[in-house]
Amino acid sequence: MKSLLIAAAALLATAVPGLAQDYPTKPITLIVPFAAGGPTDVVARIVGEHMSRTLGQQIVVENVAGAGGTTGTTRTAQAAPDGYTIMMGHMGTHGAAPALYPNLKYDPTKDFEPIGMAAGTPILIVARKDLPPKDLKEFVAYAKQQNDKLNEAHAGIGSVSHSTCVMLNVQLGIKPTAVPYKGTGPALNDLVAGQVDFMCDQIVNLVEQIKAGSIKAYAVATPDRSPALPDVPTTKEAGLPEYQVSAWNALFAPKATPDSITAKLNAALVKALTDENTKKRLLDLGGVLPDEKGRTREALKTFVASEVARWTPVLKSAGVTAQ
Amino acid sequence: MDLFSNLALGFSTVLKLVPVNVPVLGLMPLPVNILLCFVGCLIGTLIGVLPGVGPIATIAILLPITFGLDPTGALIMLAGIYYGAQYGGSTTAILVNIPGEATSVVTTLDGHQMAKQGRAGVALGIAAIGSFFAGCVATVVIAALGLPLTKLALLFGPAEYFSLMVMGLVFAVVLARGSVMKALAMIVLGLLLSTVGQDLESGQERLTLGLQDLSDGIDFAVLAMGLFGFAEILRNLESPETRDVVKGAIGRLLPSRQDFRESFWPVVRGTGLGAILGILPGNGAVLGPFASYTLEKKIAKEPRRFGRGAIEGVAGPESANNAGAQTAFIPLLTLGIPPNAVMALMVGAMTIHGIIPGPQVMTKNPTLFWGMVVSMWVGNLMLLVINLPLVGLWVKLLKVPYRLMFPAILIFCCIGIYSINNNPADVLFTAFFGLVGYVLIKFSFEPAPLLLGFVLGKLMEEKLRQALILSRGSFSTFVERPVSAGLLVVAAIMLVLALLPSIQKGREEVFTE
Repeated sequence: MKSLLIAAAALLATAVPGLAQDYPTKPITLIVPFAAGGPTDVVARIVGEHMSRTLGQQIVVENVAGAGGTTGTTRTAQAAPDGYTIMMGHMGTHGAAPALYPNLKYDPTKDFEPIGMAAGTPILIVARKDLPPKDLKEFVAYAKQQNDKLNEAHAGIGSVSHSTCVMLNVQLGIKPTAVPYKGTGPALNDLVAGQVDFMCDQIVNLVEQIKAGSIKAYAVATPDRSPALPDVPTTKEAGLPEYQVSAWNALFAPKATPDSITAKLNAALVKALTDENTKKRLLDLGGVLPDEKGRTREALKTFVASEVARWTPVLKSAGVTAQ
Repeated sequence: MDLFSNLALGFSTVLKLVPVNVPVLGLMPLPVNILLCFVGCLIGTLIGVLPGVGPIATIAILLPITFGLDPTGALIMLAGIYYGAQYGGSTTAILVNIPGEATSVVTTLDGHQMAKQGRAGVALGIAAIGSFFAGCVATVVIAALGLPLTKLALLFGPAEYFSLMVMGLVFAVVLARGSVMKALAMIVLGLLLSTVGQDLESGQERLTLGLQDLSDGIDFAVLAMGLFGFAEILRNLESPETRDVVKGAIGRLLPSRQDFRESFWPVVRGTGLGAILGILPGNGAVLGPFASYTLEKKIAKEPRRFGRGAIEGVAGPESANNAGAQTAFIPLLTLGIPPNAVMALMVGAMTIHGIIPGPQVMTKNPTLFWGMVVSMWVGNLMLLVINLPLVGLWVKLLKVPYRLMFPAILIFCCIGIYSINNNPADVLFTAFFGLVGYVLIKFSFEPAPLLLGFVLGKLMEEKLRQALILSRGSFSTFVERPVSAGLLVVAAIMLVLALLPSIQKGREEVFTE
């Protein structure tokens, strides 16, 4: 009887999945809270592929789309904190969501252990190709003069293009007529066709249209020009320095995930970001990679708090909620 | 002349021999792209046949596998999965009355009736042959007219799109097999169900009963699998002797000369309709099969045969479906803008491979563009070769006892639904709609008009509100814009034509058609 117990205990001990130092001993689920194929998904898959090689276990991307990314984020927050469920959060889920969703079931600053920043995609202000203003200064004057006669397209309440445009409108003190679409594709289609006047969105969705001249870009909302579009001035150069936004993507684990595990994941992420091939693929998308300092877990923690603090008053003042 | 040199480039891309290190045999040249095309078509056929497992989930799952491939090969394979699934989707619609996608809803109407009459093989055969013809024509359309047709996608603003959807609603009236009143009730129910979820403009939740899982609305697959798949199983279990999966006489496997004669023009017309609607942004391809069915039923000498196993009702819509699936690549390849969810996923696949789609893909990556176009034609040929011999196998499936068949169908449906969003709640919703569907069947309401109303409703509301926002609330925008006005006139004429015979025949007939 006793020996049986010992045997059972031994069996149990081996069955307990890896102690933290053995981590990972089985595939890791990376939840992407958006549909496959979108900018966040693409970043997750590129980074995840290299991290799989470092960690020696497959990172499996699971797309849990819904409610502006909050469905997948809620699921991650409620997952077991064993390091086998992590997520790619972004500007919306971990920045704008608390203001947009009053009944949010998670707190971006409290319910997650930050792993690290992956890549950001700069936001561009673009317009239909025959809109009169030639540069951002003229556009600002034109927008103030036209006000609600101007049509702004966005990809739906809670989307990056919506939140970032709200930020622009609040800063400029304009109230253009917002035309909601379901996703960037249809919005872009109508911008190219000239049905709507302007929109804000991530560079990866717009870069080829701008190069082909089917829409025009006024400015990129980052401190430096994007190598993907070297002719497009920054908002700082173009006279709107306070408009600095980026659709950042970062890895998070559920709260109480052991420190040693998030450290291991952070190291794998940093290694992926320094790999030439992975780096090139992210940069080709127009992505912006974090610098040395920005790659730590602590930096992400501070950054998320600052993003929530920054988005909440802007979205609240515009009276936008999604529920 | 340009076209020929471009097509030659395409063929050389597809047939290119690449040295591959094969285990045991060592380094040997293989036509990798054509093999990938075959693999894509085969996977597509298989997932199309599995009820519920759609191309979106499959492409998302297979994306990581394509990392090691060159972009052209990867996209050829993924495209193969997409149009292969359109082929396979008709199989479940015909055999077990479950439409895997919105585009195969119409196929269930006459296709499944044909199967019940022992003509499953003929229905499957004509679906495959019609699809092949449509695929060939659509490939030529993409190659020759891709660029000029792009303008059509840009011509359609919100107002035009709304009017097109109104036209689509008229199709639903014609779809009805039984009572027109019941069909109208189902359309309205479908429209209502489509309003569940977040409001487009304000973000307020509507009709979600406070359930977070409903905040993005009801997924089409959840509704279709419930109303058709689950409900059908419930009904079949209730009375095993009348169950729909037919046993016994199967009849001839391939269409006869007579079948071909009857199907020829429907295939041609369906291809034309599907090809045009496929180019439109916002999933215009969905309308293709419905439009084709409506047209065939309207011009048929005996419209009464429709819904009772008319081969035209399979041939036309199936061709429209496949033509639309292929011309849907036009906005993606020439404008760089994805017209539907599958194409959006293709954009993701391209960006992962470092190709950001845009208006210049054609000039910047000619091998990719023309390679894909030619691969579509090659793929269609392969699909025909894969599918025709399989007809015999699928038909044999009908002989599997139902007690073994239905658990398998149920399990595949559940897996498929779960794979859409990796959300278990979706499976529960499907079960709920299964019960709803069962009740509807008992009261002889038909689910097809409901599904059409549901599909059109989402787009209609979105486009109506966009058009009204742009016109600052003025409804005259729909008649002031010429294309929109034209579509509304066509819709009105069609409605009159659809109702006229019933009105003339008197009240009695109105309710039984």
